[in-house]
Amino acid sequence: MDLHVVAPLPSPAERAAVDALLDPVLGPATTWSGGARAIGADGRAARGGHAARARRDLLLPALHALMDRVGWISPPGLGYVARRLTVPPAEAYGVATFYALFSTTERPAAVIHACDDIACRDAGGETLCADLERRLGPAGHPAPGAPATWLRSPCLGRCELAPAALVTVAGEQPRAVELAPADAANVRAAVEGNPTRSAPLAASLPQLGTPGRRITGRIGVVDPASLADYRAHGGYRALARVLAIGPEQTIAEVTASGLVGRGGAAFPTGRKWAAVAAQPARPRYVVCNADESEPGTFKDRVVMEGDPFALVEAMTIEGIAVGAETGYLYLRGEYPLAEARLRHAIAEAESAGLLGPAILGTEHAFRIELRRGAGAYICGEETALLGSIEGRRGEPRNKPPFPVEVGLFGKPTAINNVETLVNLPLILADDGAAEAYAQIGTPGSRGPKLFCLSGAVARPGVYEVDFGVTLGELLALAGGVPEGRSLRTILLGGAAGVFVGPDALGMPLTLEGARAAGATLGSGVVMAFDEQADLAGTLRRIAAFFRDESCGQCVPCRVGTVRQEELLARLERTVAAGGMPDAGQLGLLRELGQAMRDASICGLGQTASSAIESALRIPGLVAG
Amino acid sequence: MSGQEHGGHTRGFELFHIFQELPARSSEIPVAPEPDPTEPVALTVDDRPVEVAPGETILDACRALGVETPTLCHAPNLTPVNACRVCVVEVEGQRTLAPACSRRAEAGMVVRTETERVRTARKVVLELLGSSVDLSLAGRHQPDGGLAGWMERYDADPARFGPAAAPAEAGERDARPTGHHHVPDGSAAETVAQPVKVDNDLYVRDYSKCILCYKCVEACGTDAQFTFAIAVAGRGFDARISTEWDVPLPTSACVYCGNCIGVCPTGALMFRSEHEMRAAGTWDESAQTVTETICPYCGVGCTLELHVQEDQVVKVLSPSDSSVTGGHLCIKGRFGSSFVNEKPGR
Amino acid sequence: MVDPRRTGSAEWADLWLGLDVGTDIALANAVGREIIAAGLANLDFIRHATVDYDAYAATVEKYTLAEAERITGVPADAIRELAHAYATAPRAMLCWTLGITEHVVGVDNVLSLIALSLLTGHVGRYGSGLAPLRGQNNVQGGGDMGALPDRLPGFQHVERDDIRARFDSAWGVTVPPKRGWNLSLMFEAMERRDLRALWVIGENPAQSEADTHRTVSLLEGLDHLVVQDLFLTKTAQLADVVLPAAAAWSESDGTVTNSERRVQRVRKAAEPPGEARDDLAIIFDLARALGSDWGTPRAEAVWDELRSLSPLHAGMSYARLEAEDGLQWPCYDETHPGELFLHSRLWEQPRRGHPAPFVPVEHVPPVDPLDDDFPIRLTTGRRLESYNTGVQSAGYRSPLHRGESLDLSPEDAERLGIADGERVRVVSRRGSVEAPARIDPVLRPGLTFMTMHFPDDVAVNNLTIDTFDPKSGTSEFKATAIRIEKLPAGAPSA
Repeated sequence: MDLHVVAPLPSPAERAAVDALLDPVLGPATTWSGGARAIGADGRAARGGHAARARRDLLLPALHALMDRVGWISPPGLGYVARRLTVPPAEAYGVATFYALFSTTERPAAVIHACDDIACRDAGGETLCADLERRLGPAGHPAPGAPATWLRSPCLGRCELAPAALVTVAGEQPRAVELAPADAANVRAAVEGNPTRSAPLAASLPQLGTPGRRITGRIGVVDPASLADYRAHGGYRALARVLAIGPEQTIAEVTASGLVGRGGAAFPTGRKWAAVAAQPARPRYVVCNADESEPGTFKDRVVMEGDPFALVEAMTIEGIAVGAETGYLYLRGEYPLAEARLRHAIAEAESAGLLGPAILGTEHAFRIELRRGAGAYICGEETALLGSIEGRRGEPRNKPPFPVEVGLFGKPTAINNVETLVNLPLILADDGAAEAYAQIGTPGSRGPKLFCLSGAVARPGVYEVDFGVTLGELLALAGGVPEGRSLRTILLGGAAGVFVGPDALGMPLTLEGARAAGATLGSGVVMAFDEQADLAGTLRRIAAFFRDESCGQCVPCRVGTVRQEELLARLERTVAAGGMPDAGQLGLLRELGQAMRDASICGLGQTASSAIESALRIPGLVAG
Repeated sequence: MSGQEHGGHTRGFELFHIFQELPARSSEIPVAPEPDPTEPVALTVDDRPVEVAPGETILDACRALGVETPTLCHAPNLTPVNACRVCVVEVEGQRTLAPACSRRAEAGMVVRTETERVRTARKVVLELLGSSVDLSLAGRHQPDGGLAGWMERYDADPARFGPAAAPAEAGERDARPTGHHHVPDGSAAETVAQPVKVDNDLYVRDYSKCILCYKCVEACGTDAQFTFAIAVAGRGFDARISTEWDVPLPTSACVYCGNCIGVCPTGALMFRSEHEMRAAGTWDESAQTVTETICPYCGVGCTLELHVQEDQVVKVLSPSDSSVTGGHLCIKGRFGSSFVNEKPGR
Repeated sequence: MVDPRRTGSAEWADLWLGLDVGTDIALANAVGREIIAAGLANLDFIRHATVDYDAYAATVEKYTLAEAERITGVPADAIRELAHAYATAPRAMLCWTLGITEHVVGVDNVLSLIALSLLTGHVGRYGSGLAPLRGQNNVQGGGDMGALPDRLPGFQHVERDDIRARFDSAWGVTVPPKRGWNLSLMFEAMERRDLRALWVIGENPAQSEADTHRTVSLLEGLDHLVVQDLFLTKTAQLADVVLPAAAAWSESDGTVTNSERRVQRVRKAAEPPGEARDDLAIIFDLARALGSDWGTPRAEAVWDELRSLSPLHAGMSYARLEAEDGLQWPCYDETHPGELFLHSRLWEQPRRGHPAPFVPVEHVPPVDPLDDDFPIRLTTGRRLESYNTGVQSAGYRSPLHRGESLDLSPEDAERLGIADGERVRVVSRRGSVEAPARIDPVLRPGLTFMTMHFPDDVAVNNLTIDTFDPKSGTSEFKATAIRIEKLPAGAPSA
């Protein structure tokens, strides 16, 4: 191996940013790892090799450190990180260029990420983009010396308050501000470092103040920064009980509860845990998938911002149950507020002995590492997420083997998403709670469920209901379509989901109900479109989304998502010219969709045509 | 020679007399330890029963039965990445198709290779490749005729996706921002066409022919060379094989082993001499002989496959089943043989 | 990884030990002592398969970690870590190249490593062992064929009457009963005028041997020099007769033997140019001219004759070599598969054959000492893309090719006021050369590096010392004492 770093030396700021992250873990840099040449100490012996390469998981954090400090990843900065972590520069560059929040070209310290995705584009997103273009020039092309640049962004997970924007400002005190609704004024304030007002919680959680909610009950009631407050509201009772009943009984109860994964695949959580716990290999890992990126989805964000200790407690329970001593919380990079609250919660739990080498004085050890994503929808796919934690490109792996056998760092790993995990305290807090939980919902879909309502509804936001309410009832809960407008279609499950017509309002929102209707609940997206909505534009945006977010690994998805977008454009041209989409074009789109569904490596390619095909199946929905 | 004559007399030296005899013959022949004995795995492919060894793939089973299966990103001497997806098959009970090249055969598996789903997937995958990449040299050494044959077999018509868009300018694809792209107008099909990269005397990189099979990256990295000069950069359709910041190879860590050329299935990576002979119209495979011999350089003893045209070595490969090389060479074996070509100098 | 330089391989390594040039025995003995002291020696194996352990243990006793640190420069804790890692590994190999053998104590260096394998039992077992990585494609094959002063084909000793008798009867001649000279002794014999005619096949000693001035004058002083080569090398230019030869690996048929004892077929792929001829044809013609008709030269027939005389090669028919991708000797008969590794006999119950001897050796400093006049250590070696004196490798267009340079540490460059690329004079006790300096951070102060690939430009072997290991005949290329002189201002820079 030849690291062959040819770039000049990093700037003091770059070096300091990287050292602040790495020195506490790896010790100071040596002659051979990018440090100042000190041949007296380093010239006669050096250690490295496997041990050094095993810390590649620090690559993304190190690249974030450069981004946060200087606003881009320069050749010397990347070269320095490569040397410190024994990562070949070409590979480090391959990783840096995989993630949309990283920049390998110089740009202003302040960057405005303006959401133009399906919920925001019609809700003022395009207006904001036009305004930014007027003031700052074309997206991604800042004028020389401009204080800020702007970029279009895929869904930022604040659809209930569309349009959304994220402003990041690099520097010694880096800032990241989420804005929703975003407008020219608060964007400017955020860039300049002035305070911005956030919307009241009720705007995200319209059920605030109504009783009977199980998962979201503490949100808005407890102080998310207070461990004492969390404990005063029932927090950590479940953990104490789990420590008392032991891992086997815990897994048995989770299995008995009927809890299945809320990330979209609906795999029984208890079975997953049992599979990990049965693996002889050590160590085992727990991973929380908090990379909430499905367009239209924002429920996990609301939970993490409002009740962060619940997730920390749930991950700890999972770790004890499966015999893992380390958990990774992989949080999407666009959620700075959730990040701050979770980091605080983890630190508080550590101080209180609720995380660490001896949890509540028992022999159980568990710690949580929070890792920030960097702008890659694909990292919501569980194996891509593992790769990302390991410091690689977020490329999904072929399954089998499944992560329960060969997961993070090649070890058995239990991966669950945020919503799944925060069900655990309900199931485990009391004797008999699991049985009670199993009575909620329907026989095929147990427990409560969070839905993300957005688009043409009166009161968008996160709604907690029991499995089994109908789509129409859920819409009614959100106030229905605003006065004077009519419902045209509903997108269920996000960009990877399906469009259904108003005829589907009677569909029970259960796994089996969705399946029967040829739909999916996916991540719980319920996005309503009225008669004024630009559905053709929405479909194009979905196609563009998948084209942007495909990892590029397999041909059906890498090229197929490009062709899908081109075919949609071709259809639009035909219609714009007054023609009708011909059967050949539609047939080709369907054939392409089938090949992507059948032959892609992972769920992204397999579902990239789902929403578009479903829309084209609904007569008259898009044409004209 | 004796120690006394030349001074350096040690006890060790006296012991040399025992080497007057050849070492005793071992009574058991030293061999590698046998893996634990395992039962063969029985499955069916297209209703025909077949057995393979544990760990072998569906592709191995297909080949054992003579079921022709197209492959591009697969190579016997590399870790499967199953990226190209031309080898997909239907496995009963599975929601999606499985890549034959990497999916391990399991007992009782029921595999079908000629279903409508398989045919459609292979056809569309070939069309997607054909509409975005220059496949003129792809799979040309495959026994079943490669790309042209597969295109015909699966009735693939890449032109269905429209006329090819204009090629990219040099460096344009290397500079594309991640997660953003120009919105297409539907008039043409985007391709990876771009100028050939010629930045050194030994080989060229024609990424218009690159199907992004990752083979070169694997050969440069942990599957052979451990040099890591290239990796996949960017994302989605803008993903490409790249050095850091697309620096020219002479600036990169490249050691010119040419193992990337050896594994490239599409001719995207090529000896510069072959590239130039092709451009000049003097490349003539029908007039070439292929001879296996051993490299004249170090003591590893790599098998070289010399492609000779008019008594000139025009290309050097190594067989992937060579027990010494596994198909991989170093710069001297790959390129250093020209001293026998320069006949006037001898 | 043990190497004075922090090479690319060292960068990949779990542990790198940057010892002083020529202190390998001190390091190996300290590793051995630490293994014994830590109770990690494989005493069962030692009892079963070796002799002279006690003498070894007594010899290494004084090589404490602290003493080894003093001699080698490597911190004691790193040596200790190496010792424990080697001794406790389930499998471990020791691989080396010319950094071990191109010393006046080259053989002793190897013996010190062999002792470590005997101490731990890391020999004669799958995945363990000792592996000298041969630098030339057929240097092993040369030995196989008896191109050693004391050996007949198949490593059979020339001074054993029973063996010689078999060759005498097969060849119909009387094989001389005494061993001959190795290369270094041949040059001494030339000096004494005992050797006056030389036939050189495929070697370029005028440039590859240490102390070039002496080598060339000795070659020039011969009565008759015949050179058989592909090229008109510097040596060929001194010859009375030059026999142009075909390239053995691509213009003729035959076999070579690689580093793992694998006999492999080379095949004719192209016609040789002009008057160049197959080595075999040249040798057959010479035999005929000398009055002995060997018939028609045919590679396979020569090989079959070897098989009939060398038990190690007996089972290796051309047909099998073709079919089985080469075979590793020993291969005693046509049903024998060849042997993956050697010395498994040491593990058999009861052990077969001689026990393996521990041969205790002592550290001896390099013969070319550092002093105030020559304070810097020069070590020589190869670069990836080049080969030996460049006869084969200089011609192809490699982006890695760059000419000779004196590589030195940034600290030395700064101390001596030398800029990167500046031409300097390199002076040893034997001669001097001029070369551009190249600042290379893999070197530490006091350590410099050059190659021998560009002798036409920079005759590095003007500097090296021709004192050689009496046991192997190999010169101490690896340890030369030099000083670096700045050239007067105005001298052209590279």
